Amino acid sequence: MIRLSIPVRQALAKLTLPVLIAAAFGLMLLGKADALLAERARMALADALAPIFGVLAEPLGSVRAVADDAQDTFSLYSENARLRDENERLRRWQSVALALEAENATLKANLHWIPDPAPSYVSARVVADAGGVYARAVLLSVGPNHSVTKGQIALDERGLVGRVTELGSRSARVLLITDMNSRIPVILEGSRARAMLVGTNGQRPRLMYWTEGQLPAEGEHVVTSAEANAFPAGLPVGTVHYSSSNVPEVEPAARLDRLEVVRLFDYGLRGVVPPESNGSLRAQGPERQR
Amino acid sequence: MDKVPGIRPRPTVGRLLDMAARRGFPGSTTALMLLVTAAPLGVPGQAELQASIALASVFFWSLFRPASMPPAIVFALGLLADLLGYAPPGVGVLTLLIAHGLALRWRRVLVRQGFLLVWLAFVGVAIGAATIQWALTSLLTFRLLPPGPGLFQAAIGAGLYPALATLLTRAHQTLAEPEQA
Repeated sequence: MIRLSIPVRQALAKLTLPVLIAAAFGLMLLGKADALLAERARMALADALAPIFGVLAEPLGSVRAVADDAQDTFSLYSENARLRDENERLRRWQSVALALEAENATLKANLHWIPDPAPSYVSARVVADAGGVYARAVLLSVGPNHSVTKGQIALDERGLVGRVTELGSRSARVLLITDMNSRIPVILEGSRARAMLVGTNGQRPRLMYWTEGQLPAEGEHVVTSAEANAFPAGLPVGTVHYSSSNVPEVEPAARLDRLEVVRLFDYGLRGVVPPESNGSLRAQGPERQR
Repeated sequence: MDKVPGIRPRPTVGRLLDMAARRGFPGSTTALMLLVTAAPLGVPGQAELQASIALASVFFWSLFRPASMPPAIVFALGLLADLLGYAPPGVGVLTLLIAHGLALRWRRVLVRQGFLLVWLAFVGVAIGAATIQWALTSLLTFRLLPPGPGLFQAAIGAGLYPALATLLTRAHQTLAEPEQA
């Protein structure tokens, strides 16, 4: 160790904090200049933690299940009545749906309709919330030899959850549709009007830029639109609900606050190029021209 | 090392290790708390809780045992918090370093005061930290973020501090005391 006189050492000790504060600003600039670096560091950390979180998730899940069970016992009677009602209603709808399905099949057969290819998917466990204070995202544990790519679409058993935005070797981050950076082209199922679904970091994303004169109706179903080639058409997103300040919002069909397992679909859509491949394309640019 | 005259046990390897562990206690427990609050606990407001715990812990140790919470450790903790909390890197580092600096500056006055005044000082720091984080995150993402989560974060920090300070005071007198090695 270098021997320094006491005044020099004291001066150095006083300098550490300002230098480190300057380094913090440097870090911010670096993070802004090279967003990829921050993303890599983050995913490396997430990769290291994902197995631990995966192990932790099971006992925590069972604890939550016990708590839920205890709550359910209290509402058993009213829940039963509600379910019987709903069952009755759904049975009626089922017969309608079956009739429509049959009719649809004959119409498609007559029209020589090209069927959509069946998409391949993998299921992954949600291991942690990956949003932080100012974002809405979840972390998935995907195992070491996964085939997940950026831009794949995540759905739970009820509807659209989000898209894969960051990818590590054993974890993936899915940006939820409620995040304020999320923009999803949608179709209002009743009026077939197009609109954008814009996340606000709140519980319900907002509907914007709908076709003029086609006001979204309360309770109308909202599905994805194939415009911009980022999503396939017709994935269930949610239902329109007007907020107290009369802004049309969408109540997500997916249970975003209690995601456990999501399915990642590969529709082979590359309409919106994820940031990383954009950067690497630029890096490969000159070679391609040669 | 010999600032206080007196008889003390011989510095054997075991004792030196023990002292090092006690010196490392504040930094390592703060890092551990950050990792635990990043786990899928399913607690509402977990992200805000994580940010508040880091701030409260760094403030407490900088105030009462600054030798065990040097600026370099604060920097590392801030970086860990940024990476775990998906904030733009550097934002958490800066707020923790500022909290550390303020705690050092107010040290001479605050250490002699009762708990209530320290808590009030921390409430001020928590509000300031949430404001800085909100402003910097807004600036670095080029969009005006809603101020709600920041306020919530400050409120959680203020509410959490008494409980955390009680635990940390215990540790301060026992586990983190190098003299007891």
